[in-house]
Amino acid sequence: MNGGNRGARGALAAVGLAAAVALTITGCSSAKPAPTEAGAAGGSLVVGVTSDPDTLFPWKATQFQAVNVLQNLYGTLTEFDADLNVVPGLAESWEASEDGLTVTFKLREGVTFADGSTFGSEDVKFSLEAIAAEATAAVASTSLASVAGIETPDEQTVVLTLSAPDAALPANLAVINMAMLSSDDTEAELNTTPNGTGPFVLEDRKASQSLTLAKNDAYWGDAAKLDTVEFRVIPDESSIVSAMQSGNVQLAVFDDPLVAQTAESGTVTVEKTPQLSYHALQLNARRGDLADVNVRLAIQCAVDRQEVLDTAALGEGEVTGPITSPAYRSDPDARPCPERDLDEAAKYLDKAGKSDGVTIKTIVSQGEYATSVNEAQNLKAQLAEANITLELEVLESGAFVDRWIAADFDAAVALNGGRPDPDGMYGRYFTSTGNLNQVAGYSSPELDALFAEGKQSSDPDERKDIYAQISENLEDNAAWIWLFTSYSYTAASSEVQGFTPMANGSLQYLRTTTVN
Amino acid sequence: MLRRLFRNPVLRRILAALATLLGVAVFVFIMLRAIPGNQITAGLGTEAAALTPAQQQQLEAYYGLDQPLIAQFFSWLGNIFTGNLGFSARAQQSVLELTAQSLPVTIELAIFSIVLALLIGIPLGMLSASRPDSPRDAFGQVVGLAGLSIPAFLLATTLLAVLASSFGYNPNGEGYAYFVDNPWLNLQQMLLPSIVLGFGIAAPIMRTTRTAVLEIRSNDFIRTAKAKGVPPRRLQAKHVLGNALVPIVTMTGLQFGYLLGGAVVVEQIFSLPGIGRQVLLGIQQKEYALVQSTVLIIALSFVIVNLLTDVLYRMIDPRVRAA
Repeated sequence: MNGGNRGARGALAAVGLAAAVALTITGCSSAKPAPTEAGAAGGSLVVGVTSDPDTLFPWKATQFQAVNVLQNLYGTLTEFDADLNVVPGLAESWEASEDGLTVTFKLREGVTFADGSTFGSEDVKFSLEAIAAEATAAVASTSLASVAGIETPDEQTVVLTLSAPDAALPANLAVINMAMLSSDDTEAELNTTPNGTGPFVLEDRKASQSLTLAKNDAYWGDAAKLDTVEFRVIPDESSIVSAMQSGNVQLAVFDDPLVAQTAESGTVTVEKTPQLSYHALQLNARRGDLADVNVRLAIQCAVDRQEVLDTAALGEGEVTGPITSPAYRSDPDARPCPERDLDEAAKYLDKAGKSDGVTIKTIVSQGEYATSVNEAQNLKAQLAEANITLELEVLESGAFVDRWIAADFDAAVALNGGRPDPDGMYGRYFTSTGNLNQVAGYSSPELDALFAEGKQSSDPDERKDIYAQISENLEDNAAWIWLFTSYSYTAASSEVQGFTPMANGSLQYLRTTTVN
Repeated sequence: MLRRLFRNPVLRRILAALATLLGVAVFVFIMLRAIPGNQITAGLGTEAAALTPAQQQQLEAYYGLDQPLIAQFFSWLGNIFTGNLGFSARAQQSVLELTAQSLPVTIELAIFSIVLALLIGIPLGMLSASRPDSPRDAFGQVVGLAGLSIPAFLLATTLLAVLASSFGYNPNGEGYAYFVDNPWLNLQQMLLPSIVLGFGIAAPIMRTTRTAVLEIRSNDFIRTAKAKGVPPRRLQAKHVLGNALVPIVTMTGLQFGYLLGGAVVVEQIFSLPGIGRQVLLGIQQKEYALVQSTVLIIALSFVIVNLLTDVLYRMIDPRVRAA
């Protein structure tokens, strides 16, 4: 018996030794200085991201991570500044003719692609024509629907002839899905070797591990200050927080307020940025009881949006109307029942002849974003008090997307992406010919006319007025129930300077960022 | 002739293994297609609603989704025999290349975890068995119970968070270092994940060891050996542990399956680019060929480990050899 004990003790001692070795390793590493070179002019920045870009081809990129990377590699004719105003990009200036049917772009001189070739008007013509062509399957093709012809009178000039005036065109050209590619490149080549005109070039990529960009010395604008930016894939958000605390990662953007809270520490600060994307209860006005505007208005009146925001998202956000872009922002009080009003809701249900109540099948995605199920449950509880039953169908995100695309739902709890230009944001949903109108479930001749007017006018004040009317029309008809916008949280360690977070989530200001 | 061939236990096992692999291939193929969505909607999300029918067709042709299911299955299976496991559009690399990068990570993790689990589990089991129902037995049981009941993700995130916030230590935030490139960093990166995975496997090994040791010690041959004056240490090492190894080896082999499952969680949290994460990413992106081929590789390694386990206890236990 005793012998057995001793044997076991010996083995235990071995375990103890292993533990001691483990502790020594820990000790050594924690003493290591953080990987930054103090005082260096450029420096290297490590950005923590939860996943790899799913494509490096800008015309097909919709994934957040892909867009963020590609924005730094490719250039567009126009760009957004920090406040989402449209500013010159590869086009130095542009001018619309009196009737709005011709737009002339003057291109910047001395712009080169990463491979050294020169950027010119033929590349613009090639890019725009390819984006518009169906066979390319580019996601932004409908943004060019009004373009009837493209002329290139000289190397620095591009003339677009339009079938109808299109005031949203400059803003639509600023997204990365409209990136200008070299006419010599093919999709297959660009999938592995990006060749853009942006402030950075691709240096290295390890699938599902990291992607490193290096400063593009030949960039036409102010050269990037950083020498390299590495997007390091750390799939778990709380692991990114750990990596920031140990100094391995210096910048990360989180959606979840809880995770952002844990990131805040002595060396890491977190900045909130209101987002363009918005949470809404989407109603399908083509189905069942929801076809009656009074039923939709009853729902509108029975929802306290602040309560949804408080219970589902810890109050981290702002109650919103349809349009979220700063320049055109809707007034959330300009709606029927700006405050929850159950009496009004009951009146609307009476008008619809549904005083006994209605039942609405609602799809909710699980796991696509943190607050979806909580929002749905709060809405269900609130609406129940108004005799409106939300039957929740919680779906895995793939199943949700399938049903959403097929418009196979009465209502959907959705987080939709916003855009700086209100036409780009809602034209595709709420015009009868919009390519997402089937999913939006609502259109009307009045809205069609208003959207057409908004596109034709290039006067900013006039446009503001038109989109305010659109916003009002959408809420008066309770096309959807707009709830709130949330924040994104940019966590940066103290040595990171000069980064400006944007409401569209863009990381384009990596070019002005320094690490020291 | 054929009947005699089938009586050959080795050949019989190989045939059974092949049948298993084919079953796995069919099953995974069907399950993947039963999940809603495809590579187009996985990539474009709700934006896929904006595709025109022509764009839809073009993308389906690009991903090979326009082919009938049977054709898709056989073209994939046929390609495997030529060494072509498929292509990942996301990574722009062949599945073979991706697997060549990710498999060593998981194998390293598996070996470390198993070794760690054996180093903890066997001594702890013997300690427990040395005096049943004593405080030291209770200690062993509590550790075993903790290993079984603490989920890997909880242990992993807690370890990471505590070490990072209190000591600024997190080698896994530095980007994965392969052993050949930077052995020292690689070992540091593997340590925590191996502890997390190994701890979970140590528990059943500990319990098996305890039970086996107790059972064997009550056998007549032990009493005989003791009576013949075999020194206690030799008795413990050769007679008791030697015989207890059979159930331990079986249990270790079985735990290998758990290991691969646990690897998905642990690799995700510790950012290890292993095969578990490859499968997970593949499922998220609906990269059919990637998932099918990777699952087949995992199934193959499971089959191989099971064969090895069999061989091993034939070597340990003469009674099995005779059977």
